[in-house]
Amino acid sequence: MPLLAATGIERSFGSARVLRGVDIAVEPGTLQLILGPNGAGKTTLLRILAGLTRPSAGRVVLDGSSLRESPALRGRIGFLSHQSLLYDDLTPLENLEFAARLYEIAAPREAARKAIESVGLTDRMNDPVRRLSRGMVQRVAIARALIHEPSVLLLDEPFTGLDPRAAARLVELLSARLATHCGVVLVTHSPADAWSIASRVGLLVRGKWVIDEARPADLQAFMSRASGAFGD
Amino acid sequence: MIDLLRHGLAIAAKDLRVELRSRTALVTAIAFAALVLVIFNFARDPAGARTIDLAPSILWVTITFASMLTFNRAFALEKENAALDGILLSPMPRGALFLGKYLANLAFVATVTAITLPLFVLFFNVSLGGALPGLLAVAVLAIAGFVAVGTVFSAMAVRTRFAELMLPVLLLPFLVPPIMAAVQVTSRLLAGRPLLEQAAWLKILGVYDVVFLTLSAMIFPALVDE
Repeated sequence: MPLLAATGIERSFGSARVLRGVDIAVEPGTLQLILGPNGAGKTTLLRILAGLTRPSAGRVVLDGSSLRESPALRGRIGFLSHQSLLYDDLTPLENLEFAARLYEIAAPREAARKAIESVGLTDRMNDPVRRLSRGMVQRVAIARALIHEPSVLLLDEPFTGLDPRAAARLVELLSARLATHCGVVLVTHSPADAWSIASRVGLLVRGKWVIDEARPADLQAFMSRASGAFGD
Repeated sequence: MIDLLRHGLAIAAKDLRVELRSRTALVTAIAFAALVLVIFNFARDPAGARTIDLAPSILWVTITFASMLTFNRAFALEKENAALDGILLSPMPRGALFLGKYLANLAFVATVTAITLPLFVLFFNVSLGGALPGLLAVAVLAIAGFVAVGTVFSAMAVRTRFAELMLPVLLLPFLVPPIMAAVQVTSRLLAGRPLLEQAAWLKILGVYDVVFLTLSAMIFPALVDE
C-alpha cells in the first residue's frame, strides 16, 4: 500500500487549469522525482499533497486516511517550499525550536540543536536568519522540514543555493530518511543531484503526466527524451 | 484544551520575541500615538470646546488607530518567507493560532494603551484622580473585544493585495460599539462620576466582548485555511 496517494487531482485558478487529473503514489522508502517546465503545476501539486492548497477535485490519502479529514496526519509530512518558512528576525535555533513546539517534540531546544547540527550550521545557529547567506537559509529550511522526522517529505527545489558539499550532505540526509521507510517527493529542474537515490521519475507538462516511470539508469538519455516532451 | 493553550502561548511568545528584535510595530504605534496627541493638543482651540469634553474621544481614537498598526503587523510578519505555511503545516489546531495572535495583539495594545494614557494626561492636563481604576477597567473591557475583531480582520486583510489599506476599512465599522462605550464611560469618569453608574455602557462592552470573542474564535480557522 502506498504511503501517500493522490488520485484525480485537479486544480484551477480562475479559468487556468493548473492540474488536470494527476495521480501519484509514493511507496515507503522511495523517492519520486518530479520534473517539468515552469508553470507545469509542480509546486501546486506539492502544496496539495502537503494539505496547504485544496484541490478542485481529487483526494489525497496518507496511510489510508484523508489528509483533509484527519488534521493530525499533517504532523507526518515534512515540506520544503520555495520560501524558507523562517522568521528573519529570529535565529536558526529559535526558528527550529518554535517549529519543534508546533510539532510537540519533547525537548524542543535539544531537537532544534540536533537538526541544525545535521545541516552543519552549528556555528551560525545564534545569528539572525537575515544575516545568513541564501545557501545557509536553505539549509536551515531543510532542517525545519526534517525536525519532526516525517514519514513523507515533500521537497520543492531543495538543492537551490546549496554548494556541492551541502548538496552532497542533503543527499546523505535523504538516503538516511529513505532507509527509515520515509517516502520522498522531490521537485527539481536539475535532477542530477538526486538521480542516484530516486526510484521513480515523472515529467509534468501543463498539469498532466507526460512521463511517469521507474527511474532509468541513464540520466542523459532520459533528459533528451524529456526535453522533447516539454512542448513549446 | 491544554494543547490549544500550549500552542497558543508558543505562538504569542514567538510574536513577542520577533517584535522585541525588530521593534517594528510597537515603536511605530507608540510614536504614532504620541504624535496624534501632540497634534490634537496644538490644533484644538483653547477658547472653543472644553478639554474635558474632547479628551475622551481623542484618547480612544488615538488608541484605536495606534492599535491598527500592531494588527497590521500581526500577519504581515507571517507573510514574509511564507512563515504562515510553516504554522499551517503543523498538526496544531487552527484555534491555537487565533489564541496566540490574540494574546500577542493584546500585549501590544495593552502596552500602547499603558504608554498613551500618561501622555494623554500630560498633553491634555487631565486630572485622573480617583478615575484611574475605573479607566483601567473600561480599557480592559474595550480592548478585550476589539483586539479579537482586529485579529480576525488582520488575518483576512493580509490575503488581499493592499492589506494596510484594507484593514481600517474592514475593521473600523466593527469598532464603533466598543469605542463609543469607552468614550462615554471615560467622559463620565473624568467628570468625577463613579464607575458603578455606567452599568449600561459596561454591559454593552461585556456583551460585545463575549459575542465577538466567540465569533472570532469560530470563524478564524476557516479564514486561514484555503
